[in-house]
This record gives sequence, C-alpha cells and structure tokens, in this order.
Amino acid sequence: MPRQHLSTRRRFLKVAGSAAAMGALPLAVSVRPVEATPETMASAIRNVTGGAAVQNGKVKLDIPPLVENGNSVPMVVTVTSPMTANDYVKSIHVFNEKNPQPNLGNFYLTPRNGRAQVSTRVRLADSQKIIAIAKLSDGSLWSTTAEVVVTLAACTEEVM
Amino acid sequence: MASALINVPKKAKNGDVIEIKTLMSHIMETGYRHTTSGEVVPRDIITSFSCRFEGEEVFRADLFPATAANPFFSFFTVATRSGKFDFEWIGDNGFSETASASITVE
Repeated sequence: MPRQHLSTRRRFLKVAGSAAAMGALPLAVSVRPVEATPETMASAIRNVTGGAAVQNGKVKLDIPPLVENGNSVPMVVTVTSPMTANDYVKSIHVFNEKNPQPNLGNFYLTPRNGRAQVSTRVRLADSQKIIAIAKLSDGSLWSTTAEVVVTLAACTEEVM
Repeated sequence: MASALINVPKKAKNGDVIEIKTLMSHIMETGYRHTTSGEVVPRDIITSFSCRFEGEEVFRADLFPATAANPFFSFFTVATRSGKFDFEWIGDNGFSETASASITVE
C-alpha cells in the first residue's frame, strides 16, 4: 500500500515536471527583449568579418564615457594606417549591443582619404559597449571597444 | 526643405590632407518610436551618403536609425589637383539630395 502510494506520487511529479518544462519553453522564447542583444551584435559582426579573426589594436574610438543625452553622441574613429594605394583602410564598421539595431555605421574609405579618420554623431538607447572594426586592404581585421554610460536614452521614447 | 551644410577649404597645397565636414538636415525618424495612442511612427531615415571627387569615390557611409538627426560626417582627403567634390544623400521615401564644392590646389 505505501509502495503504490509512492509510485503514483512519483508518476505525478514526473508528469508535472515535464509539463512545466514544456510550458516554460515557449515562454522563454516569447520574452525576447526589444533591443539588439549581444547575440544580434555578434551576428552583425560575423556578417562583416565572415568569421575571420579580429585582432585588437590599430583602431581608436573616441566617444564620451558618460553621455547625458543619447540622442546625439559625438564619435570619432581613427585607424593607424599610411593610407597608400597598397596599404589602406577599406572600411570601418561600428556596432552596439543594446540599441534596437546592432549597427551604428559603416564607413567605406579609399587611399584618397590620406587619413583614416571619420567623425559622426550617433544615438544610444542605453548604457552599453561600442565596438569598432576596421577592415584593411590586406584583409586583416582590427578592433577596439568602448563603454558608454547614457543617462537619457534615445530612439524609443514616445512622441507627443 | 532639405538643406546641406558643406565645409571644404577653398584652397590647399598639393599633398595637403584636408578635412571635409558635411551636415544634412533630416529628422532621421527611427521607426521605433510610438505616439501616445500606441501607433508606431514609420521609419524615415537617410540610408546612404557618398562623396566623390571628379567622379572618383572618396568616402561613403551606410546610415542606420542609430545615426543622430541631421546626419553629420567629417572625413579627410588628399588635395592633389583642383576640382569639384560631389556629395549625395539617399534615403527612405525617395529622399535624394546633392551638393557640391570646389577646391583650388596650388
């Protein structure tokens, strides 16, 4: 008698456990945040690098570490390069991990530039990590990262 | 409605690396904002900017909703000869604007 009681209880727990597991699965999928996650940033980076190794260095990312208003954040990317016909920066790609989209900008350079430096202004929806990747004419990839703290977020506020 | 601000030095010496600054007035509506009644404000952004010197591409950029309103760019170029820079902005809803600036190289 006690033995049978144990087995039904065990069976109940087993069924309840698997039901909970099945119930939890679709729930976890539906709770996807409305922002570029580090994963979407990683896939956007893969689109540029094609999975090739990215080395640290050569790239300098000037962006204020503390930003009061995320609607217009000045950003300067500089790459160490002679910018000659044989050795130049082909493109610079800047990514973020928490805006609704992972891209901040793609910039395509030529030997005509003389200096591999680009300035622009971006929007940041949250405090987050920014990554700049430079693709050189020899195919090598170089990157740097910067952390930015944003007090007033951009992009997703209500319109009056 | 749309207007561009271009800053190119009028004169330069041969071999000088000069800075070019451009600004185009544009709302750059992200497409991620809502009205108080909950409707999404449709995206309206500039998607591409390019600069050519006498037909040859110098600099090009892809823009995203993360580009701040009134897109600003600054970049460099080597002054080799006198000529004309042509700038072009292309965007959503048929947005297309051009501007140009000349330089004299001594």
